[in-house]
Amino acid sequence: MAIHLKETTKVLVQGFTGQIGSFHSADMIKYGTNIVGGVTPGKGGMKHLDKPVFNTMKEAVEATEAEASIIFVPPPFAADSIMEAADAGIKFCVSITDGIPSQDMIRVKRYMRRYKEQDKMILTGPNCAGSISPGKSMMGIMPGHIYSPGNVGLIGRSGTLGYEAASQMKEEGIGISTSVGIGGDPINGSSFKDHLEFFEQDDETKAVVLIGEIGGPQEVEAAMWAKDNMKKPVIGYIAGLTAPKGRRMGHAGAIISAVGESAAEKVEILQECGVSVVPNPSSFAPVVKGVLDKVS
Amino acid sequence: MDIHEYQSKEILSEYGVPIAAGGLAYSPEQAAYRATEIGGDAWVVKAQIHSGARGKAGGIKVCKSEDEVAKAAEELLGKKLVTHQTGPQGKVCHRLYVEAGCNIDREIYMAFVLDRQKESVTVVASAEGGMEIEQLAIEKPDSIIKIAVEAAVGMQPFQAREIVFALGLDKSQVNQAVTTILGCYRAMRDLDANMVEINPLVVTKEGNLLAVDAKMGFDDNALFRHSQISELRDKSQEDIREMNAADRGLSYVGLDGNIGCIINGAGLAMATMDMIMHAGGEPANFLDIGGGASPERVSKAFNLVLSDDNVKCILINIFAGINRCDWVAEGIIQAVQKIELKLPVVVRLSGTNVEQGRKMLKDSGLPLIMAETLREAADKAVAAWKENSK
Repeated sequence: MAIHLKETTKVLVQGFTGQIGSFHSADMIKYGTNIVGGVTPGKGGMKHLDKPVFNTMKEAVEATEAEASIIFVPPPFAADSIMEAADAGIKFCVSITDGIPSQDMIRVKRYMRRYKEQDKMILTGPNCAGSISPGKSMMGIMPGHIYSPGNVGLIGRSGTLGYEAASQMKEEGIGISTSVGIGGDPINGSSFKDHLEFFEQDDETKAVVLIGEIGGPQEVEAAMWAKDNMKKPVIGYIAGLTAPKGRRMGHAGAIISAVGESAAEKVEILQECGVSVVPNPSSFAPVVKGVLDKVS
Repeated sequence: MDIHEYQSKEILSEYGVPIAAGGLAYSPEQAAYRATEIGGDAWVVKAQIHSGARGKAGGIKVCKSEDEVAKAAEELLGKKLVTHQTGPQGKVCHRLYVEAGCNIDREIYMAFVLDRQKESVTVVASAEGGMEIEQLAIEKPDSIIKIAVEAAVGMQPFQAREIVFALGLDKSQVNQAVTTILGCYRAMRDLDANMVEINPLVVTKEGNLLAVDAKMGFDDNALFRHSQISELRDKSQEDIREMNAADRGLSYVGLDGNIGCIINGAGLAMATMDMIMHAGGEPANFLDIGGGASPERVSKAFNLVLSDDNVKCILINIFAGINRCDWVAEGIIQAVQKIELKLPVVVRLSGTNVEQGRKMLKDSGLPLIMAETLREAADKAVAAWKENSK
């Protein structure tokens, strides 16, 4: 089954005709993603990469019945595009855009609360590499070939560290059901816990790997939730053991500003919650393998 | 982006936050003149550096005469102040703020922060002012009042009143305190600040409120829509290497170790540093050159890492996805050929076209140490650093 994203998922691209949007759309189409069109205000009626372009998301969804969208819109306008997607009835949205102001994201999150639970859009990112259900569909900027299909779920903040983990696993013959990027921003669309809930319900997924980092409460929140609610095993890695307090490590959200936000503290809580901790970033494959051997 | 105390106060006073009379000074003469302008018989001369805890570092001086003001200014201008927030290298004071002294009756802590758990702006206040919030959280956790602001409507007067009464302020101070709290919130919202801190907010013996220290931090991602805030940037307060990196689109944080790092992606950068530590070494820096890893970026990264004299060895770890390894290898070769390399460089490439990339590096004839896995890269970097430090 995989989560969020399957072969048939109809995908729209917001910021379709721009340089970055065009480049990655072509790559996603090549991978097999069912891209049904895109939106660039003012360019409606055009064809781009053989797909129709629309002025608004409402028009695009009406014409294509798309259920998912991916956003390449520049930061000053990206929050607006996310809300437009939610209002047009999109169910799963990936925001690739890096650099959206935090207060814009606070407004986005508040805006999305107006929808009933069953109508709510799942937003991943911003500032993420996207999601992929290997062999089925890819919504993101990742190199698709480093993921092999399988039954481990992956949730991570970072792009390239997620690639590292996926390719280590591929080399050991471990495949992935879906990999979800939640991004490195302080206020993000969805958290580790949100996607753990989906993976717990997914028949294809046997175990889930969390790739977290310093800063924020979400890794700990997910581990505590998993302890009380999950039957499937959870594996975790937290990057940033060497990161000093109070310094921003690249990602807008990767900063230790409160008690419990350092890598060492998070690792300790993960362990207490029964998460199998990957001791160093060269050991994803053996730890995952060990856990899988026990479940199957 | 951080700004100075006097800049924060100027902004906040426009939003109705009460501040004492004060003025900026760049010389002892100017400082004494400011004191005359302000009047009264007591002044505080405050070093303007981007750090808290300035008092403990000797950066705040109470003066009883204009001569004392001039003397304090003489002493502070050009002085390097070291606090636990500046790190051991400290920060140099180039500007002073001279402010009218006040008679303090009690001190209150007040801050507005971006709350990642609640995904809102949250007000944090305590009747135990003057202490830092970390210290308060440990020593007087019960004194901390927290109220989250509903983003759709913004902060409401009743929320401000709840804080004011919980702080035990006198009823004659309620209106002024409510104005102060709502003003800070509006400043934060209007200007995309990610932090406003007034510590202490003072009640004077005369019964008035006064923001005695004020600090604001701004969301870098929102500066595009606040040019008036960007103008307040004081480059003299920033680490020169980090500033150079940021101006070139790289993200750099200097650390104390000897192994320089060049990596694409923040998460992978942190993970590689962890791996170095695991292998028994210490990273000299965090450096994310971005997803692309273009030849220009690799070359800038080399210059940046080499500007740190502590670096005894360099570790490059690039995961090339859409930008293939052969292209990244080309960039590394170009960059290494351009500089006169005196240090050992360990390179680990992975991702698309990895074999081709490795072959290009090998065939280049450059003295690069190749590694296949992250572990191997860290081990070899640590060995090379030890070898080079003998």
